[in-house]
Parts: sequence; C-alpha cells; structure tokens
Amino acid sequence: MLAYTAPMTVEEAVRMLAGASGVAKVLSGGTDLLVQLRSGRAKPDLIVDIKKIPDMSGIRERDGGFVIGAATPGAVLGECEALRQAWPGVVEAANLIGSTQIQGRATLAGNLCNASPAADSVPALIAARATCVVAGANGRREVPVESIVTGPGRISLGRDEFIVAFHLARRPPRSADAYLRLIPRTEMDIAVVGAGVSVTLDPSGVCTDARVVLGAVAPTALLVADAAAALIGSALDTMALERLDQAARRACKPIDDKRGTIEYRIKVAGVMTRRAATIAFQRAKERP
Amino acid sequence: MSKHHVSTTINGEPAEFLCEPQLSLLDVLRDALNLTGSKEGCSSGDCGACSVMVDGRLVCSCLMLAVEADGRAIETVEGMARGHELHPLQRKFLEHAALQCGFCTPGILVAAKALLDRNPDPTETEARYWLAGNLCRCTGYDKIIRAVLDAAAELRAGSRPQRAP
Repeated sequence: MLAYTAPMTVEEAVRMLAGASGVAKVLSGGTDLLVQLRSGRAKPDLIVDIKKIPDMSGIRERDGGFVIGAATPGAVLGECEALRQAWPGVVEAANLIGSTQIQGRATLAGNLCNASPAADSVPALIAARATCVVAGANGRREVPVESIVTGPGRISLGRDEFIVAFHLARRPPRSADAYLRLIPRTEMDIAVVGAGVSVTLDPSGVCTDARVVLGAVAPTALLVADAAAALIGSALDTMALERLDQAARRACKPIDDKRGTIEYRIKVAGVMTRRAATIAFQRAKERP
Repeated sequence: MSKHHVSTTINGEPAEFLCEPQLSLLDVLRDALNLTGSKEGCSSGDCGACSVMVDGRLVCSCLMLAVEADGRAIETVEGMARGHELHPLQRKFLEHAALQCGFCTPGILVAAKALLDRNPDPTETEARYWLAGNLCRCTGYDKIIRAVLDAAAELRAGSRPQRAP
C-alpha cells in the first residue's frame, strides 16, 4: 500500500524517511520515479514529496557562488542568466536531460540519486567541484557530488537522508566549463558517452586548474586525474589534446549495449573529451 | 488505502477531487474529471501526448502524481478554445492539415502554446527542438511546424478574427 506525504520542513521530511516502516522514496521532479512506479521497478511504501518545503526550489547567489535547491527543475536552471554565465557546462548538461516537458520537472538531485551511469548532469557537476548538502537524522553534512553514486542505481545516502541543495563555488577569472555528450540522434536520447571539463587559465592562456569527468563509460561517472594533468600547464596545444585523449580512453571501463560497443565508447570518449576541453578553454579565454 | 483530498485550479476554475496516491495527474484528468483531451500514449514521459501546463510550466501529466496538483494551477487543451472560437493554433492545425489520427494533437497544441507564450517569433529550429518531446507517427512533423509558425505569425500580426457574438 503506497502512502504519500508532502512535509513542510526538512526536519519533518527526515522524520518521515527515518520512521518509514518499509521502503521510502524521495519525490523531487518525479521523471524517473514515476516511470519506475509504473513499471514496477520501484515499489515504495511511502513517497516523501520535498517540493512543499520552502527553499527546496530556486537558485540563490551566495558569496559569489550559487545555492541550487534540490527540487529546482532544469528549465529554471536554463533561465538563470547568472548561473549560465558562471557555469555554462553545468547548465548545458542539465538542459540536455529529456524534452521540454521533462525539463519542466527534472532536477539535479533526481538525476544524481537515480544513479544512472549515463546521467548527463553528473559529470558536469563533478567537473565543477559541486557539493551537495545532505540532510539526515544527524543534521546536515556537505559532501562532494562524486561521493553520492556508488554504482548503477546505488547511492551512499542513508535511508533517513536526502539532498536539500547543491553548492557551486565562486569562479576565479578565466574559468569556464563545458559538457558534451554523444547520442545517435539530435535530441531525446541517453548518452553513449558524456564528457565534462572545467578549467581555469592564467592571463597567458595556460591552464592552471582542470577537472575532467566522463559519463556512461563506467558504472559511475569517472573523475579522470590523468586527463586533468594533461591539461594543466598547457595552452591546449596538439600535444596536450593528444595526451588528454589518451588519458580519457585509458580511464574507460564501458559495457557493450545497444547504444554502443566497448570499442566505440572508448574511441568516442577521447573525442568528446577533446571537444569539451576545447570549448571550455575558449569560454575561459572570453572571461578576463 | 487512504485517499487524498486535492484542491486545484483547472483551466481557471477551482476543482477538487479525491485520489489514491499512486494515480498520475493524467489518470485523474481523464478518468475522474472527464477531461479526456490529454492522451495516454506511453506513460513514461517519452511521447508528450499528455502535455499540460502546471503553474506555467509544460509537463507530462503522466509523470506527475495527481496529489502533487494540490494548490497548483493546471491548464489543459480543453482550456485553449474560448467557447466556440478556436485558439489560432487550433485553427492553423486544421488549415494546414497538421494532423492525421490526431492522438498527439492535444499535447502538441499545449506544448506549442507554451512556446508561443514565451517566444512569439520562434525559428523553425527552435520550434522543432521545443516540440522534440511530442511524438507524431503520422504527419512527418512538417505540417505541424508550418501550422505552429503560421499561428505565431498571425498572433504577432494581431490579426485574430473578431470573436463571434
């Protein structure tokens, strides 16, 4: 028997989750959960809708960075000019998820906690060093996005816990990010490979900081330190791009499926990473 | 199973219903409220035939629980015409023969109205991307896009015919 509750505070939501007698599911945008309810893949006893909690939807600027409420739909991210300016890669990744209709509901927290290896927003968030604020019975903790997903469909949150917000830090000058994915058509598909790159350049255009993250080529998104090392110290010359390509390919541990073979995914991971890095460098140069 | 009492607004009118928590908004619109304009195509958010507006956002009503409608403003295809006067999009769909079986049409009309409400002068590319979540297996989309762009042009020109008395 399914029960539904829409608490008005974070504390009440935590109590509901902690006290649930069976399986409890957090409802944010619902674009994955409702599909799973209908297919029978998810059989929760309790649904805790977090959207009536104040501050759970919306974007606030804080200390030059951003606090994004867990239930903020993708369409709202895309309409936030300041966020698009500071974190174009995060916004483009979030806006790639599904159709206009899906964008009206789907959230970053849902995309993360659904724990699909191919989730588009996750590589971009990790590349951006985004953190999430997790509320639970023991209060709140702030953890890196990469600590949440432990495997396909699996997350590290306790049964009493849920994500209340994401934090994106203030950007240094000459910093930018980018996300690219490959799908076999122009819209409405699931990534064969996704690549998120975030860089900071010095005044001469040499990279001083980089994060490179791949999606859909392993059980979880991969933060590839070797790929970042290939960028740092370079102005993205041909040699650096080749090292980046190799490092990205070496990191892949993909599966064969109907969307792509292992060989294809590995090859494309290198290409997508190069292209995303090129866009991120170009954007960074335009932000003196 | 306990039923939830939901107070909402549908096409500007207050509406109340009782529903079980697992029912989608689409289930309740069609089966309880007899608003059968919204169609059930895929029930997984892929086809857009159930598109409605919720607080001004285009969503799939199959991907929203009916209980979530509490306190929200819902707009469906039934709210588009004014009495016997069709919305310009509806009229242009007829003029351009932008439908064959018609199953996808209500969802596309709602989605296209959402587009024109925020972008009165979309390019063809913008219209095609905006409507990428609305599947049509009959028309090949071309006539749909022509109808949407023609309706946009008419709305911009303000050449809407006078309302019938």
